[in-house]
Amino acid sequence: MGQESEKKTVIDLHGIIKRFYIGEPNELEILHGIDLNVQEGEFVSVVGASGSGKSTLMNIIGALDRPTEGSYYLDGLDITKAKDNELSRIRNHKIGFVFQTYNLVARTSALKNVELPMLYAGVGKSERTKRAKYLLKMVGMEERMQHTPDELSGGQKQRVAIARAMANDPAIILADEPTGALDSKTGRLVMDIFHQLNKEQRKTIVLITHSNELAEETERIVTLKDGQIISEREGSGERAVF
Amino acid sequence: MLFFENISMALSSLMANKMRALLTMLGIIIGITSVIAIMTVGNSLESTITSSMQSMGASDITVYLKYKNQEVETGASGMKYDSVSKTREILESDLINEEMIQGFKEAYQDSIVGISLTEVTGSGQVVIGKNYANVTVIGVNKDYFLSTDVKILSGRTLNETDYLNGRKVALVTDKLVNNLFNGDVKAAVGKEIEVKDAQGYSHYTIAGVYEHQENPMMVSTSSEKDINTYLYVPLKTAQSRNHSSGGFESISIIAGQNADSNQMILDAKNYFNAYYRNNHYYDVGAFSMSSMISAMATMMDTVTLAIGVIAGISLLVGGVGVMNIMLVSITERTREIGTRKALGAPNSSIRLQFIMESMVICLIGGMIGVGLGVALGIFASNLLGYPAEPTIFSIILSLGFSMTIGVFFGYYPANKAAKLDPIEALRYE
Repeated sequence: MGQESEKKTVIDLHGIIKRFYIGEPNELEILHGIDLNVQEGEFVSVVGASGSGKSTLMNIIGALDRPTEGSYYLDGLDITKAKDNELSRIRNHKIGFVFQTYNLVARTSALKNVELPMLYAGVGKSERTKRAKYLLKMVGMEERMQHTPDELSGGQKQRVAIARAMANDPAIILADEPTGALDSKTGRLVMDIFHQLNKEQRKTIVLITHSNELAEETERIVTLKDGQIISEREGSGERAVF
Repeated sequence: MLFFENISMALSSLMANKMRALLTMLGIIIGITSVIAIMTVGNSLESTITSSMQSMGASDITVYLKYKNQEVETGASGMKYDSVSKTREILESDLINEEMIQGFKEAYQDSIVGISLTEVTGSGQVVIGKNYANVTVIGVNKDYFLSTDVKILSGRTLNETDYLNGRKVALVTDKLVNNLFNGDVKAAVGKEIEVKDAQGYSHYTIAGVYEHQENPMMVSTSSEKDINTYLYVPLKTAQSRNHSSGGFESISIIAGQNADSNQMILDAKNYFNAYYRNNHYYDVGAFSMSSMISAMATMMDTVTLAIGVIAGISLLVGGVGVMNIMLVSITERTREIGTRKALGAPNSSIRLQFIMESMVICLIGGMIGVGLGVALGIFASNLLGYPAEPTIFSIILSLGFSMTIGVFFGYYPANKAAKLDPIEALRYE
């Protein structure tokens, strides 16, 4: 904790407002001014019921969408002004996505899936394969590198997805309900991997979940309701028993 | 860099849906197959006709006696034709005579190589014992061999004294030697043969044996034994047998290498027609093989192209099929596209990926089509009796065209994929 002063802010959201226009007169404001800072190496969870605006916030944090108003700096880069191709680059280099439904590319081996972000980053073939193998070994999937997604179980798919999220050594890992489709045992395993990444590699992780139990595992819990942050507190650190 | 990755991605997605890929390709396959087959058959027909016409002496200009055009009438069909109201048999005095030929030779000695003259005495048979050979006896002058290649296998060709004195010597084919002398071309030389034809018997001494050339235009239906070959004798010999005064119904002008054959045709017409100004019935016409060949070749090209274009329309239909299936594929793979975008794929990579996929479909279809088209073209042209010549040009053109179709019909779906909103694509069920 003595190094706290040296820590840099990875996610800097200020006054984020997101409006949707469904037909010209009907504007719908989902986020009403979100301020959120996440430091490097933090493990933060964003909780909220459905309709609270979690997904919209996640899309903005993940550089999939731009806020209507407000400023967002990700690892020092201004997201609000970035063009589509710049957003692609930012997603590629700065963000590792882990989805509830894994979203592995079908008919493509685990190895190739992990290589994918590096392919788009222009990493050479041999280096790509080397790193992908290393990452798969890290999540305990070295035995099944050549398997395609339909030959893997849910937990295995999610481990491959985590390895893929780590491919370009991103500034943050953005996990959207990563255990939502898993049974308790494999869910626990996946959460342990996140803790391991956070502890051992000081990886910044943002966990989006509706489960308060899961949120308690993290360092900080941000609670969202009706498009506003209603509370921010430290997590108990207690590992959830599924 | 993404090039090979894209090809392997395209191949793996095709492999995942083999039946669909094949059906999609079918349009392209059929289109390319028909284009290649038609081009192959067209080319083989054209080259066969051209080469056989060339072997008949392409640069030769034939000057021939014809009825004078008297008036032009329009027939019921609207076609114009030359009416011939007054007819009379050709008289000795109508023929193109030695004097005209000599005069022409002198006037145009710089641009002509020679004038080939022939006098046919008729078809007959050479019989020795039980063996026989069918021949057409044809009197030729020395210039004849300037335009007709004759390969002497043994003995000699006709010489100056033969021509000058009208000696009874002959050049026979190896086919005749096969029938009469058991193929011994050396033994045949110097032998006397008797030709029996409508006019009776005539005797010739074999001066030389030449190699028989099959005329590809005239596919012989007779057996090897009954084949009719030319028996060349000196012009004077044939003329005296025909009791001819030395006139010709047609002559062949052999133009020099640098002569303009179209100009030569005009010159020849003008020159010879001067002699026919007072002839009420006949004058001369002239044409060259090369002008006929080029007219023929142009016509064949046009026909081939026209049929090729019609076949090409099926390629367009195939292209629409490809576009359709690409749109389906993109809809099915919306989530994959969303995922790729989330992982940082720029729009251009997504676009490239799907364009490559459609190109790969079209190119594989094109290659299968080329294979089938070449096979079909060879088969069809062999069936027609002409050797097949699939051109590299048509193959490259077809493959290029199918790739273009891939890009053209792949662009719209690929662009649609590239422009998908990543959030919506990720949420797509």
